[in-house]
Amino acid sequence: MRKRHLILCMVIAVLMIMPAAVFAGGRAERPAANELEIFSWWTAGGEAEGLQALIDIYNERYPEVNVINATVAGGAGAQAKAVLASRMQGGNPPDSFQVHAGQGIIATWVVEDFMEPVTFILEDNGWMDDYPADVIDIISYQGEIYSIPVNIHRSNVMWYNRSLFADNGLEPPASMAEFFQVAEQLRARGITPLAVGGTDGWEQTHLLESVLLAELGAEAYRGLWTGATAWNGTRAKAALESFLRVMEYTNPDRAALTNIDAAQYVAEGRAAMTVMGDWVHGYYLSIGHTPNEEYGWVPFPGTAGNFLMLSDTFGLPKDVPNPQNVERWLTLIASREGQDAFNPIKGSIPARTDADRSLYDAYLLSAMDDFGRDTIVPSVAHGAAASESWVTRINDVVNILVNNRNVDQAANEFQSLAQQYAR
Amino acid sequence: MTAGVASLGSARWAVVQRRVLLYVVLGIFVVLFLGPVYVLLVTSLKTFQDVSLSEMWVFPRAVSLEAFRAALIRLGPNLRNSFVLVIPATLVTAAIGSINGYVFSKWRFRGSNIVFALILFGMFIPYQAILIPLVQFLRTIGLYGNLGGLILTHVIYGIPITTLMFRNFYAEIPDELLEAGYMDGLELFGVYRRIMLPLSAPGLVVVVIWQFTSVWNDFLFAVTITQRPGVQPITVALQNLAGSQVVEWNVQMAGALIAAVPTLIIYILLGKYFIRGMLAGSVKG
Amino acid sequence: MIRSRKELTKAVLIVSPSIAAITVFVYGFILWSLRTSVSAWEGIRPNYTFVGLRNYARLFRSSRFQIDLWNTAYFTVFFIAVCIVFGFLLAYLINKQIRGEGFFRTVYMFPMALSFIVTGVLWRWVLNPTAGVNVLLAGLGLPSSWGWYTDTTRIGGFHLALISIIAAASWQFIGYTMAIYLAGLRSIPEQLLESARMDGANEFTIIRRIILPMLRPITLSAMIVLGHISLKIFDLVMAMTGRGPAFATDFPGVFMFETTFRGNRYGEGAAISTVMLLMVAVVIVPYLAYTFRKEHS
Repeated sequence: MRKRHLILCMVIAVLMIMPAAVFAGGRAERPAANELEIFSWWTAGGEAEGLQALIDIYNERYPEVNVINATVAGGAGAQAKAVLASRMQGGNPPDSFQVHAGQGIIATWVVEDFMEPVTFILEDNGWMDDYPADVIDIISYQGEIYSIPVNIHRSNVMWYNRSLFADNGLEPPASMAEFFQVAEQLRARGITPLAVGGTDGWEQTHLLESVLLAELGAEAYRGLWTGATAWNGTRAKAALESFLRVMEYTNPDRAALTNIDAAQYVAEGRAAMTVMGDWVHGYYLSIGHTPNEEYGWVPFPGTAGNFLMLSDTFGLPKDVPNPQNVERWLTLIASREGQDAFNPIKGSIPARTDADRSLYDAYLLSAMDDFGRDTIVPSVAHGAAASESWVTRINDVVNILVNNRNVDQAANEFQSLAQQYAR
Repeated sequence: MTAGVASLGSARWAVVQRRVLLYVVLGIFVVLFLGPVYVLLVTSLKTFQDVSLSEMWVFPRAVSLEAFRAALIRLGPNLRNSFVLVIPATLVTAAIGSINGYVFSKWRFRGSNIVFALILFGMFIPYQAILIPLVQFLRTIGLYGNLGGLILTHVIYGIPITTLMFRNFYAEIPDELLEAGYMDGLELFGVYRRIMLPLSAPGLVVVVIWQFTSVWNDFLFAVTITQRPGVQPITVALQNLAGSQVVEWNVQMAGALIAAVPTLIIYILLGKYFIRGMLAGSVKG
Repeated sequence: MIRSRKELTKAVLIVSPSIAAITVFVYGFILWSLRTSVSAWEGIRPNYTFVGLRNYARLFRSSRFQIDLWNTAYFTVFFIAVCIVFGFLLAYLINKQIRGEGFFRTVYMFPMALSFIVTGVLWRWVLNPTAGVNVLLAGLGLPSSWGWYTDTTRIGGFHLALISIIAAASWQFIGYTMAIYLAGLRSIPEQLLESARMDGANEFTIIRRIILPMLRPITLSAMIVLGHISLKIFDLVMAMTGRGPAFATDFPGVFMFETTFRGNRYGEGAAISTVMLLMVAVVIVPYLAYTFRKEHS
């Protein structure tokens, strides 16, 4: 009799696990097939089409390889990063994955020894000189390159509503001083000078990095991320003060807006300017606006000659089943043909300096010109300058600074973060 | 006498006044509670062009199911995931809770109260406190990132509450009935199967509704354990839909309605049991 | 009842899988979390190097966590107060033998059936500063430029944006509070109230002197239930506002999730979860002890 209850006890235990166990087999066990899995959060619009264009070329060249386009939507990459983390932890890496250039890959994946160096991709093809030295510097760690940039976006762009400026007899500002003058006049006429978003937590940091660059210059800006520039020094504090002054001219409903909503405010004439990466250009095109007609752009005031850069890159994780397929993929995206296939569709500029200019529109050409000429500095809001942990905590401090306007407190918190993270 | 009638009249008038006031207050609350639902319905029945911020409270010019179609295309697979998740998680937890409840209500072994309290504590904890180990554990056994892991999680963390509900339910069944079963030669499990189980129907309905609703509505476990959109249940998908860049309010509202419909139907059809479960189970939150 | 040793062994055998599961998944995991909270784990690979209370020290020094604790305190107080006041009011009114009682009850309680996510998505639309309630207020000629959940004003540590969260959460839980008060009111013998009325007591005196004292256990359990919901609040905030401007609507649950699963700072995430567990335990353990003692006596 007691045996029956022992069985019953086991039945209950099995019952607990059974419905779950049905799914255990469903885990993505990959056969050693000849595959290439490309992992990204490019799920819609120009970026998805651009990725498809690359995959099409790959398929044409290597028809024997089955390319799997694995995308994860949601949260502007946040979901994809979570999936990626769990796959890497589980020893099941995708063959190649989208990751932000710079500390975005280095601090998270390279330092923890998940990646193979890919310097040879550029060296063997003789492409080292086709990439700006500043870019090579940003994507390298201890002398080796760990990811191949497929595109470049610019962060320090100020977009403005041309008719609002023309109607009020204003010129887009070129310096911080001019910015404050223009903003004052716009406000006096009841127009919100600067639209800023806030739902995703990084939008204000995006603005801050431009202000820091404008006030400190490229050298001292870089020093913020290496520990050479003190966050609580006089100049950095003055830059933070200046940032707060800029914030005075922004819309109060920031928290309800995404960065695209803020750009929309400018398109609709509800605000005059917004500072955002050049994906905004793609957005304006998508709503039927024409560059230099409805909207114009200038580098953020005081940052002309500097190019705040962010970039999507792909790398080679350790222990993938078919490294050769990945090397071919990286070679494709590093090539001129690959970059020219991807970028005109995605609405970004190539990382190479030898692109076919006939493929790009007015804005992208102007960005390419600047990219070739300017000093290139890494964006922090998009992971190039600082590790993901550092950036999220910077976002936290900015979020508080904007509200309590306590520069000393923020400067000290920034400084202690820098002491913890700067390398 | 006349004075008495007059005072009676004015007293009655006061009563009438008070009744009217009563209904007015209750009516105001009805408006407050249904106002958001009105907005939900009205917005979800508009076309994207028709969703204007300033006319949010206005009835749509033409009723359109466009938003529902769009929401169903995006949320359809997640709706299915939710059912795949909720049905086994509910049935298994209810079964385990039932037999546990029987033991804890009728078989007070030594220390059973302490053990029961310790089990019960499991439903009060903020699940954040076990989330990191849970993820590591599920990863080790290969259930992280799929619905299986989520089902297992809901089954296990559903045990305390279903055990409590069944225990309280069985406590009402008189011991004499069980004694009679023993007289007839049944033993522990036999009594459960022959006597308790047939009497369980109302309790079972309450527990099933409660568990169905709370698993359906869960977000924390779902968002932590499933990240691929293809396996996410509807609450996570709805949250993603609402957080996406282009704000299509009509589609969001339609999505919210779709996510709410299964539990709302249960509430409307089986309200009595729903409320009973809520009163018994809400301690969990 | 037959309590042979053999039968009791069987009973234990039957509940043992559940006991094992809870031991591992609740108590084992809590210990594992505690271990994580004193570890250096930051990044993708688990790293259980012991670092003492460093994560806790960082946590309590960070402005964000201090704001979170204030938000939790204010939210808890106002959420409980609103639910209890209006829950009791509605129960009291409904108990007046009104017509259409079923209808009113159904309306007040239906939000209980909804997910916090649905509520959050809905209320984000209802309180949208450029649409929503503001439009309605403008139509009525009332002040209509409220920022709602985008408001960054802070008065004495209270973020005005919290009002929006409190409104949405109360909308969902007033019905529940009403239901338990209603059950309590129905158990008060009518003669008791009648005799008080005979003695010339007016309604307010009756409420204050008789009804409320008799309902005290219900008020207590409502406070416990609502309080521990508010200490754990996560879903509603994620769907409605996220952390909010200047963390106006940030709570430990949100902070823990972002730190751990978005920022990969596992050690600190575990520290936040430990603080949450302690806060809830402070409320729940005495309540459990009290309930069990009452049951025994």
